[in-house]
This record gives sequence, structure tokens and C-alpha cells, in this order.
Amino acid sequence: MARTSRKANRRHPLATVLLIAIGLVVTGGGYALLSSTTTATADTSATSQETIEEGQKLFAANCATCHGMSLEGTADGPSLIGVGAAAVNFQVGTGRMPMAMQGPQAMQKPPQFTDEQTAALAAYVASISPGPAIPDPSLLQGDGDATNGGELFRINCAMCHNVHGAGGALTEGKFAPELTGVAATHIYEAMLTGPQNMPVFNDDNLTPEDKRDIITYLKYLENNPSPGGVELGSLGPVAEGLFAWIFGLGAIIGLMVWLTAKSN
Amino acid sequence: MTTIERSDAPAEVAAPAPAPAKSGGFTAAAANYIDERTSISGVVKEFGRKIFPDHWSFMLGEVALYSFVIIILSGTFLTFFFQASMAEVTYNGSWAPLKGMEMSAAMDSALKISFDIRGGLLVRQIHHWAALLFIAAIGIHMLRVYFTGAFRKPRELNWVIGFTLFVLAMAEGFTGYSLPDDLLSGNGLRIIDGLIKGIPFVGTWISFLLFGGEFPGTAIIGRLYTLHILLLPALVVAFIALHLVFVVVHKHTQFAGGGRTQKNVIGYPILPVYAAKAGGFFFLVFGVVALMAAFFTINPIWNYGPYDPSPVSAGTQPDWYIGFADGALRLIPPGWEFVWLDHTWSFNIIVPVLALLVLLGLVAVYPFIEGWVTGDKREHHILDRPRNAPTRTGIGAAGVTFYAGLWAAASSDIIATHFQLSLESVTHAIQAWVILGPFLAYFVAKRVCIGLMKKDREIVLHGYESGRIVRLPGGEYIEVHEQVDDYERWKLVDYEVYEPLMLRPNSQGKITGSARLRVRLSKWFFEDRIAPASRTELEAGHGHGAAAHDEIEGPGHH
Ligand code: HEC
Ligand code: HEC
Repeated sequence: MARTSRKANRRHPLATVLLIAIGLVVTGGGYALLSSTTTATADTSATSQETIEEGQKLFAANCATCHGMSLEGTADGPSLIGVGAAAVNFQVGTGRMPMAMQGPQAMQKPPQFTDEQTAALAAYVASISPGPAIPDPSLLQGDGDATNGGELFRINCAMCHNVHGAGGALTEGKFAPELTGVAATHIYEAMLTGPQNMPVFNDDNLTPEDKRDIITYLKYLENNPSPGGVELGSLGPVAEGLFAWIFGLGAIIGLMVWLTAKSN
Repeated sequence: MTTIERSDAPAEVAAPAPAPAKSGGFTAAAANYIDERTSISGVVKEFGRKIFPDHWSFMLGEVALYSFVIIILSGTFLTFFFQASMAEVTYNGSWAPLKGMEMSAAMDSALKISFDIRGGLLVRQIHHWAALLFIAAIGIHMLRVYFTGAFRKPRELNWVIGFTLFVLAMAEGFTGYSLPDDLLSGNGLRIIDGLIKGIPFVGTWISFLLFGGEFPGTAIIGRLYTLHILLLPALVVAFIALHLVFVVVHKHTQFAGGGRTQKNVIGYPILPVYAAKAGGFFFLVFGVVALMAAFFTINPIWNYGPYDPSPVSAGTQPDWYIGFADGALRLIPPGWEFVWLDHTWSFNIIVPVLALLVLLGLVAVYPFIEGWVTGDKREHHILDRPRNAPTRTGIGAAGVTFYAGLWAAASSDIIATHFQLSLESVTHAIQAWVILGPFLAYFVAKRVCIGLMKKDREIVLHGYESGRIVRLPGGEYIEVHEQVDDYERWKLVDYEVYEPLMLRPNSQGKITGSARLRVRLSKWFFEDRIAPASRTELEAGHGHGAAAHDEIEGPGHH
């Protein structure tokens, strides 16, 4: 975590005092809030106080520089009030957070935290202000209706992510990533929280069952390679055209040179 | 090798007729029976004695022809199962994620071909890969003909026929791509619909006529099918036949070389050597296509799903041969559309469409332009090496660069994601490339050609550097230059240069505007030129002997 410490070193010496003060206020406030929010989000009730404290420490050390000590946000990062456990689990679980560098969009890296730490961070953020919770495992089994999922995917997601989830370009260097190999939880959370340039698909827009179906469809594609053979990145006609020119015509020209060379 | 004289018909009767064997058995009897009733042996003999010179690039047209044969064979198979109807059905085939989905009968049958008919997917993929290859082979064959000047008199008309085939092939490809009525091709059709609607005044009318009402309607697939399997293939076959008749009539061109003149063709007679080779080559091409189809997915319509006008996938592109048109549309900056006189003027569509038509038009008539500029009325059967026609090669390089820019623009989104660039910067870079690139390519190609010609001249006159350094008794070091052999020399000196035309009054004593234009073009074409080494220069060069040394290089130079 070299870069977090570099960030920390840049802080004003008084900042530490301030941080502790804010930390105390936040924990106190968190306590008070907790009793009223446990009913709102299913998983906060299950998480113990120690987990939340652990999450708070991790947050203060790794996230607060950008998101502020009480999630209020800074010039370097948005407020996390109300983003919920789902957003944290997605952002940290896919390695997007803590963000490494400012760019068109936060890039994915190998996750920096263990599953327990991620859960602790999520519990902490959710404990401060409720928001979308981590989805129920029953929705993530990939046992829904793939046909419905496929149609919903083509209508709602393919314009950015490509029909086969191969990814696609957005404006100004932003892009929608490839979706193969993404964990079912993260797919669900991405729809629920709309990371960065992705729209939010709330439960009125796509019901939990619809989301389950979309996951079912994506997992079907992932587990059933193309019956036609190598997929060439599922990029469509561009990849096919390049392949036809370079390998198809290339092979044939090689044969032509060979055939005519033999006679001389 | 066999030489055939171009002028004398009698030379072609020399071979003995296939003897009606005394006891040739059934085959001979049957052949005889047929020949007596059709006189076919004359045709076979005539055709079989055609000479085909051997150079790998002369087989590119054949690749196109063979791909077309493969397309016809595999396409015929597909017609047995494909249903060109837009009637709504519920899919009930083997591909699970589409089960229960409403779709057109066309899509349904294309999916059935893919998953429920034995060998169907393989044949579909053969058909599509062969189509991509077909047009690629035509394109590269055209480039070969262009850069070697094979389109010159008497072959200008055959160039136009070939060009027509190229356009027909693109139309074949596009209509075929649209038939399965999947999401990808539906979006492609929608773009065509947009292009048509962009034509001022009549666009909407034409679109309604074509689609039988508002897009997409329920008629278009059936109409495209008729075009795809009936009208266009008939035209392609007719034009291929014409094209080949012309090839036989003109006889094949050849590169310069010892014994090769404007009056002969050196190579193998079609029967038996060439036919055997060509037959074998057909199976090689088929083999390559079959391997591609067996191992590599093409157009996975099951991923695209049935056409529905609302969704559009990221990375929606046409097949490669329509890419240049898609790219041209993508390169137009925003804001070129406005309302004037109660009509919408879509210059974002009119301009690229016109640009493409001009590009294609120039390709079609280039032989006539060059013929007019040179004023050369002679027949040309010896090919140019591209370097020996620097301006033509430069123009070709400019055209290729322009086309490549449009082509790249069609994949701007994929370039952006794969090289982690922003879509806007890719688009701007390609805009600059399309405008400036052709000039740069023209200039560089022309200079390179002239440089190569200078080098050739140098080699002919003084031999090439052997890399062998010899120390003379006096202590002087020289590099030995070796003379090229006679065969090589032919290649290097057998070309013609044109000089710029002079401005002269015509028979009425007037200087017309077109004459001025012609002189100006001629100057542009032929101002920079390197004459081939003449006989006298050659003889002077040989005087030096094998150890001739015009350049004396010290050891430190290497
Ligand atoms: C270098 C600054 C930086 C650090 C450190 C950082 N973030 Fe972020 N974070 C951002 C920015 C910037 C965004 C907004 C990204 C965007 O929308 O493009 C963001 C977005 C988020 C979001 C999504 C908010 C939403 O509206 O859905 C979450 C959740 C999040 N961060 C959690 C964390 C957590 C947890 C950590 C610590 C492990 C962390 N971040 C560390 C800068 C940072
Ligand atoms: C407007 C374009 C857009 C649409 C529509 C969209 N997404 Fe996204 N999606 C994005 C972008 C941009 C990201 C990257 C966000 C980031 O890096 O934080 C993304 C990220 C994701 C991720 C995370 C991928 C990873 O590698 O971690 C998943 C999963 C996802 N989207 C699924 C979906 C699904 C499912 C839908 C349809 C319901 C959808 N998206 C619709 C733009 C879009």
C-alpha cells in the first residue's frame, strides 16, 4: 500500500488530530444510526460491531483521503453516503477502489483487500448510511431464465458492453469492460449501483428476478463456448475481417508462392 | 515451358487431336460419341492450348473464382433450409438462451441451420468465410492489376468488368449478411435505410419503396433473398464469363524477362499442366476455407439474437468490405445536418456518400484517364514493375491510404478500447490521416520508386556490390562489383518511359482547354523519370569488366 502512505505523508500535521476527532464523532454517530438502520438493510444486522470497527479503521487508512472521514467526499472522490454495501463490495471487490490514479475511469486492479476486509469496509459504509445491500446468494446461482436474461441484456446492456459482453468504447477514453469472468455478485452489484458511467438499474427498472436472469444469461455464455469454434474475441466483423485477410488470404498466398516456386 | 505467339493463329493447331483409340474402351467411345455430336474437342483444344505464365500474383484472380465456386456450392446447400420470410414464429430449437423467443422465420431457420441440421453450421461458416475471402481476393487482384499496369490497352474494358464484379460482390455480400434477420445485420440495414433517407427530396420515397413501407416492414428479407440468390449471382456469373473470355482473347500478360516480348506469352499450356495445377489449387483454397470454417466462428447470430429495432450493440460493424462506407460515416464531424426550405439536408450523409461514389468512379475509369494522359495507343502485354511507373504507383498508394483510413474508421471503437485511447482522439487522428495521408503516401511512394529505379540503373551499368573487398598490389582497397546476368538484366532494363506531352495546336490550329489539361497532367505524370540504361550505356558499362570499380570504398565504410 505504498501509494496510500504517500498520500498520507502529504497531509497537514494537524490533519491527524482532526481525523481522530472526526473518527470519534463518526463512531458515535454510527452507533446512534445503527439502531435505526438495521431493519433497512438485511446484512448490517448480521455484522457485528467489531466488523464495523475494523471497516472503519481500514476506511480511515485507505479511503478517507479521497472520500472524507465521514464519507462526505472531497475534491478527489465523491461522497459515499447512501451508496450502500453493494457499491463498496463491487468497487473494492473488483479492485477498482482504492483508486490508483485519476483517469477517464477508475481502472480495475487485482483486489487489494481480502474478502473479510472488503466485507468490513462494506459493513462500515452501510452502517453510516443505508443503501443497496449485497445481493442475496439465491439470486446469483445462474438458474434463472436465460432467454429473458438475453433479451434484457441486449436491450439494456449491449449498447455499452456488446451483445456478447465483449466490452465497448464510450466517449473520452471511458469504456464498458468485458463481462466474461466477472463474479455473479459483482454483476448484480454493478446493475444495482451503476459504477461510474454505467447507469443504475434499480429494482423498479430491472426486478431482482430480471437481474438474476441477466446473470444466468451471462454465465451461460461464459460456460458454453461458441459452437462455431474459436470466438476471435467475440468482436464481430472487425475481428473476422482481419482474420480472413491475414490468416485466410495469407495462407492462400503462401500456397500460391509455393505452387509457382516449385515449377522453376 | 511453352511459348505461344500472339499473332499467328496456325501455331495453335500443332498438337495432335486426341486419337480416337482403336481399342480405347468405353471412355474413348463415349468421348468420340460426344465429340461427333458437339465438336467439343475443338474448343477443348483451343482453350487447352492457352498459355498461362507462372507468377504467384497471377493466381489471385483464380482465388476469387474458386471462392465464388465454394460460395455457390455451400449457398445451394443453405437454400434448401433457409426460409426468407419475416413471419413471426417462436423459436424452439437447440440454442437454450433463445428458446421461446419470438423471431422471424428467417432467423429461426438460420438458427436451425446452425444447430439442428447436420453439418449446417459448418456450411454456413464455409459460406461466410468464403464470401469474405472472395471479395478480399478480388480487391487484391485489382491491386495487382493496377500496380503492374495490366489494365492498359487492350484490357481497359476488362478492368471495368472486373470493377463491376467487385461492386456486385459487395452487393452479394451485403444482401447475404442481412438475410438471417439478426440484430447485427438489422442494424446494418437500418444504416442503409438512413443513407437512403438522407438523399434529398426522394430519400424517404425510395426507402418506402425498398422496404415496402416504414422500416423494417415485413418484406425486405424476401426481397433481399431474391437479389442474393437469383439476380446478383446471375450477374456475377455473366460478368465472370465475360471477364474470362477477355482473358482468353487478350492472352495473359507477363513480366519482362529474357525472350518475353509484347508478341508472345511464355508459360504452361492450360492442358494438361496448368489445368492440373489449377484443379489442385482449387482444393487447396477449399481446404483453407474449410479449416477456417471448422475452427473459427463467424457471424454468431445466436449471440446477436433476432432483430429488434430498439437495441444496438457496442461494436456493431458491417463485414469488412462495407467497412469503408461505415468508416466514412463515422468520420463526419457533428452538426452537418440542418433544415432549409422545409427539408432536412443531411450533409453528414450526402458528403460521405458522394466521396465514396467519387472514389469508386475514379477506380472504374482510371485506365481511360491514364490512356488519355499518355496518349499511348499501343497494346501492352508486358507488365510494369510498380517502381517503373512512379506516378501511377504514387496515385495507387494514395488511394490505398485513403481507403485504409476509412476502413480503420469503421473500427474506431475497437481501436480505442484495445489501445486504451479515447474514441475522440482516434476519430480525429483518422480524420487527419484520411485528408493528409494520401498526399504523404503519394509523395513517399513516388520517391521510393524513383530511388529504386536509380538503383536498378546503377546495378545494370556497374553491377551490384558483392561485399568482397580486395586489396590491390598498390595497397589500394576496392570493393568488387559483380555484373548481373542477362536474365536479371532483362528485368531491369525492359521498360518504357514516357516524356511529358508538348502543347501543340490541334488540326484547326487551336489550343483547347482539354489539351492544356492533358499537357498539365502529362507533366505531372512524367516529369520525374529515370530512363532505363540504353544499349550504348550498357556496352560502355561492360567495358569495365568484372572487377569494374566506379566507387572505391575504404575499409572503414563498412
Ligand atoms: C485516490 C482517491 C480514492 C481513493 C483512495 C478511494 N477512492 Fe473511492 N472513489 C474515488 C473516485 C474519484 C470515485 C468516483 C469514480 C467515478 O465515478 O468515476 C470513487 C468511487 C467510489 C465508490 C462508488 C461511489 C458510487 O457512487 O457508487 C465507492 C463505493 C468507493 N469509491 C469506495 C472506496 C473505498 C471503500 C475506498 C478505500 C478502500 C476508496 N473508495 C478509495 C476516489 C478514491
Ligand atoms: C451506458 C453504458 C452502460 C450500460 C448501459 C451498462 N453498463 Fe455496465 N458498465 C459500464 C461502464 C462504463 C462500466 C465500468 C465502470 C467502472 O469501471 O467502474 C461498467 C461496468 C460493468 C460491470 C463490471 C465489470 C467488471 O469488469 O468488473 C458489470 C458486471 C456490468 N457493467 C454489467 C452491466 C449490465 C448487466 C448491464 C445491463 C443491465 C450494464 N452493465 C449496462 C457501462 C454500461
